[in-house]
Amino acid sequence: MTARQDWPLYEVFVRGKRGLNHVHVGSLHAPDAEMAVHAARDLYTRRNEGVSIWVVKAAGITASDPAEKGPMFAPNTDKVYRHPTFYQIPGDVPHM
Amino acid sequence: MSVTSPGRPAQDESAPQRRFGALIAAERRIEPRDWMPAGYRETLIRQIAQHAHSEIIGMQPEGDWLLSAPSLRRKAILLAKVQDEAGHGVYLYSAAETLGAERADLTRKLIERRQKYSSIFNYPALTYADVGVIGWLVDGAAICNQVSLCRSSYGPYARAMIRICKEESFHQRQGYELLMTMMRGTAGQRAMVQDAVDRWWWPSLMMFGPPDDDSPHSAQSMAWGIKRQSNDDLRQRFVDMTVPQAECLGVTLPDPALSLDPETGHHRTGPIDWAEFKQVIGGDGPRNDERIARRRAARDAGAWVTEAAAAYAAKHSGAPA
Repeated sequence: MTARQDWPLYEVFVRGKRGLNHVHVGSLHAPDAEMAVHAARDLYTRRNEGVSIWVVKAAGITASDPAEKGPMFAPNTDKVYRHPTFYQIPGDVPHM
Repeated sequence: MSVTSPGRPAQDESAPQRRFGALIAAERRIEPRDWMPAGYRETLIRQIAQHAHSEIIGMQPEGDWLLSAPSLRRKAILLAKVQDEAGHGVYLYSAAETLGAERADLTRKLIERRQKYSSIFNYPALTYADVGVIGWLVDGAAICNQVSLCRSSYGPYARAMIRICKEESFHQRQGYELLMTMMRGTAGQRAMVQDAVDRWWWPSLMMFGPPDDDSPHSAQSMAWGIKRQSNDDLRQRFVDMTVPQAECLGVTLPDPALSLDPETGHHRTGPIDWAEFKQVIGGDGPRNDERIARRRAARDAGAWVTEAAAAYAAKHSGAPA
């Protein structure tokens, strides 16, 4: 009925301070990317939460399937030799 | 999938259901793209939408005082607070949208009275002392409820609650500070504070919803981890927190039966007028019509702005509007 529901959904990422990654904080609707940045500033950084904002159309994100979590991420737990704790080193060897 | 290969779990109908149950049992969060029972989804949409509507309608009682604030300091504080309420509403609508709801549709349901909002916002803010009491009691009660919901099983809802709780603390403290200032003032100002407390105390207790034995959806919501504590438990927590704050402030809570139970250490209140609660939540409170009419007017009067912004975006992206 109103144009509002036609505004695309943007996902918002905020860099908390220099030296940190941008982190997903939420989403909002906006007519275009520029307005999305302005709205994100008002919505997600009212109290010094960030120094930089990214917005990206939610429709542009491709995600892994949560039902495929097992097969998708299984190699992480299979290959224990990728972790430093897999290797037995005597306690008196320094700087290891 | 009809053929099950060796070494892989059967992809039968109940596998997603089992995964959902296991996540809930392990106190893990459910995320938007996970399978969930239709009832879980519907309950969340109803509850989150009601919560979002409460934040948006909740701007109105205090917003009435923005142009009549007693000082620039109080005006700046109140503006920041009302802006926060708008933000909280938007966080919550975003959470509802991860479940497949549409914001414009939720707003339409609010305006057509097909979805509810907290009964508390149907009471008027008659004096500036009400601004303080709303911060102290209404936001205080909201915090009790929302702190509990930070552990809700649905990830986006819990995360919205964490963000909101961080900001609500300012709301409650500014209200209490405002009241302390008035209580140090004239006898007339102290009387205004007491009058506001008299009017807001009982509706604040009703904010936690009906008693546990008359709350039809509670058991299922608790089992799903959507709600983490019962209405009566949260209400008790609020009363126990608030009684000593009232003493520090020097006001009397309008309940002659209010007393400390020495055995349990909890404060017992007199009976709550649930008939009033049902009347107000049913649409027949002091300001229900006014609240809905103003929300409808805001949507309709602002429609040209949203349409113009969409037209501008379409023109500059080359895509059809």
